[in-house]
Amino acid sequence: MATLKELSQIEERFTGGHRLCAGCGIPPIMRLILRAAGEHVVATTATGCLEVGTTIYPYTSWRIPWIHSAFENAAATMSGIESAYNVLKRRGKIAQDREIKFLAIGGDGGTYDIGFQALSGALERGHDMVYVCYDNGAYMNTGIQRSGATPFGSATTTSPAGSVHPGKQQRRKDLTRIVAAHRIPYAAQASPHNWRDLEKKAQKAFQIKGACFLNVISPCPLGWYTKPEDSIEDAKLAVETCYWPLYEIEDGVLKINYKPKEKKPIEEWLKKQGRFKHLFKEENRHIIEELQKEVDRDWETLLSLDGKRLF
Amino acid sequence: MATVTGTKKVVGLTGNSAIAYAMKQIDPDVCAAYPITPSTAIMEEFSGYYADGQVSTELIAVESEHSAMSACIGASAAGARVMTATSSQGLALMWEMLYVASGLRLPIVMAVVNRALSAPINIHCDHSDSMGARDSGWIQLYSENVQEAYDNLFQAVRIAEDKRVLTPVMVCMDGFITSHAIENLTLIDDAEVKDFIGEHEPAYSLLDTENPITVGAMTLPDAYMDIKHQQSKAIAASKDVVLEVAKEFEQRFGRSYGLMETYRLEDAEVCVVVLSSAAGTTKVAVDELRSKGKKVGLLKPRLYRPFPHEEIMEALKHCKAICVLDRADSMNGFGGPLFTDIRASLYDAPERPVVINRIFGLGGRDYTAEDAIGVYEELFKVVETGKVERLSAYLGEE
Repeated sequence: MATLKELSQIEERFTGGHRLCAGCGIPPIMRLILRAAGEHVVATTATGCLEVGTTIYPYTSWRIPWIHSAFENAAATMSGIESAYNVLKRRGKIAQDREIKFLAIGGDGGTYDIGFQALSGALERGHDMVYVCYDNGAYMNTGIQRSGATPFGSATTTSPAGSVHPGKQQRRKDLTRIVAAHRIPYAAQASPHNWRDLEKKAQKAFQIKGACFLNVISPCPLGWYTKPEDSIEDAKLAVETCYWPLYEIEDGVLKINYKPKEKKPIEEWLKKQGRFKHLFKEENRHIIEELQKEVDRDWETLLSLDGKRLF
Repeated sequence: MATVTGTKKVVGLTGNSAIAYAMKQIDPDVCAAYPITPSTAIMEEFSGYYADGQVSTELIAVESEHSAMSACIGASAAGARVMTATSSQGLALMWEMLYVASGLRLPIVMAVVNRALSAPINIHCDHSDSMGARDSGWIQLYSENVQEAYDNLFQAVRIAEDKRVLTPVMVCMDGFITSHAIENLTLIDDAEVKDFIGEHEPAYSLLDTENPITVGAMTLPDAYMDIKHQQSKAIAASKDVVLEVAKEFEQRFGRSYGLMETYRLEDAEVCVVVLSSAAGTTKVAVDELRSKGKKVGLLKPRLYRPFPHEEIMEALKHCKAICVLDRADSMNGFGGPLFTDIRASLYDAPERPVVINRIFGLGGRDYTAEDAIGVYEELFKVVETGKVERLSAYLGEE
């Protein structure tokens, strides 16, 4: 495990000058993951903030081979690239000692929702790739619309805080567990505030043969209505409240990587974010209570599975 | 599964078996596909070759046609020679990715076994699937029979990968009529196939990690139009490459291909224009009417995209009346896609022939030599009376 100083000395392969927002969680996540990827890595990105923000022609932030083809197909696109690598190596068109890693990236929209089928197919086929979802909890690139990852109660532009329907009325998908249910060798949840944990998980994912998955919470000041300078703190609070537990499922065994000494109430995370502002009105208080119950229940379930074999 | 032994000989194969066999001979780097009637047998038989180690292709049995084309795009951008096959709804599901493949200038080759589009659901032949993709930036070659489909597939590889073209190619053949009918065809020797198609040598690859490239960047109004202009010029210029490749193919293997095939057209007064297998049926009618002294002819476009409008005008301009038979309806209240293209091509003719349109054969409706004779008789009536009663109509229906 590299120290922060050692990591900082690795050549930057995701350069500055991109157009992602101040305080966006994606760049620190990408920089850490690319540092863990090894020398040779090829990436594909689903349509979304990361793609739009890093490649406005003729500029690019990517100092590695990179492709964008569409929104719902990052996993399928990477399936083709990884297959090309296998055959071209077999046919002697790529040096036998050249190890290349494959990284597919999508936001929550491109992963939980529209890209879910392609992801599921690629996981089932077991391509040797790492799929990273940066989960900021809504379709942020198109202007904050609800997704399958949007938290219960959250206001988005397609689940606004109305007087009849106060924010999103449905629970979010538990994508990390759904992905793990494909019996892939490695699936984990991480957060950019805990760079050591994220780095370790990314290294593990790149080292393990087969399809691996990282779900990383990614603060979005634009969609969360938070201060850009608070982003890392906001990610940390998501973990401290157990809204976003840090855990991994390796070879079928679940392991919680961080257990807060004192689980903070969900309110502490919610109150900093404008998207939950309406929940603090008297008539909506019950939504916070429901959300707290849900977080408690999920955390208890996770605790009961800690160290257990899931498949 | 088809069993083909030996090489360079005449065998009886279905269209699907011939395409699968051609793919075995090409032995592409990557093949990603999803089953759909009537093209399923192509991938089934190719999977058989894969299972027995007769190809060393990476076969990706994806979970949808959208992912099939997406995987083809990834593999092609990674420098692989890539092929796939589909039909109907499968092609429709790929639609978004067809534009990405052509826009990124990836030389993917795809066999399209033409089948009607839903609704109502129907598994039989018409051209509504590939016609829906006619403006997707893919080169389209249409095949009359099994031999043509087989020969076109090799030529497609050369056309797509030509540095002046770098554009994906669809090789279309008629579902069931060609895909499932056994016909005699002459096979090409494996070594000669390899020699004809050559090695795929892409200028760029995502796997060249020492020279990283960014593919598919977000492009704004300052550059998008210029990139599309380059693409437009490349597909227009591919016509010459199609002819060059056809010439070389003929020199090597003796079978002649062009932008189109004309049949007894030189002195014809009236002419039918039709794609694919229906051209074979129409030739029977032409021969029969010619034996009675009627000056009838046929034009069968082979290259439909890009559309060789000048050559088509030259070939048709002497006719008095033409009927374009479309195996797809544009649902535009005017006429089928081939009709509007042919009619527009003749606008610059010194003396414009009358051009009418009949929609035929939708969802596998039979088309016979008698039907063709009826079309020619209607054309003679138009010439005699100088009147067009119905510009566009469904063949045989009021």
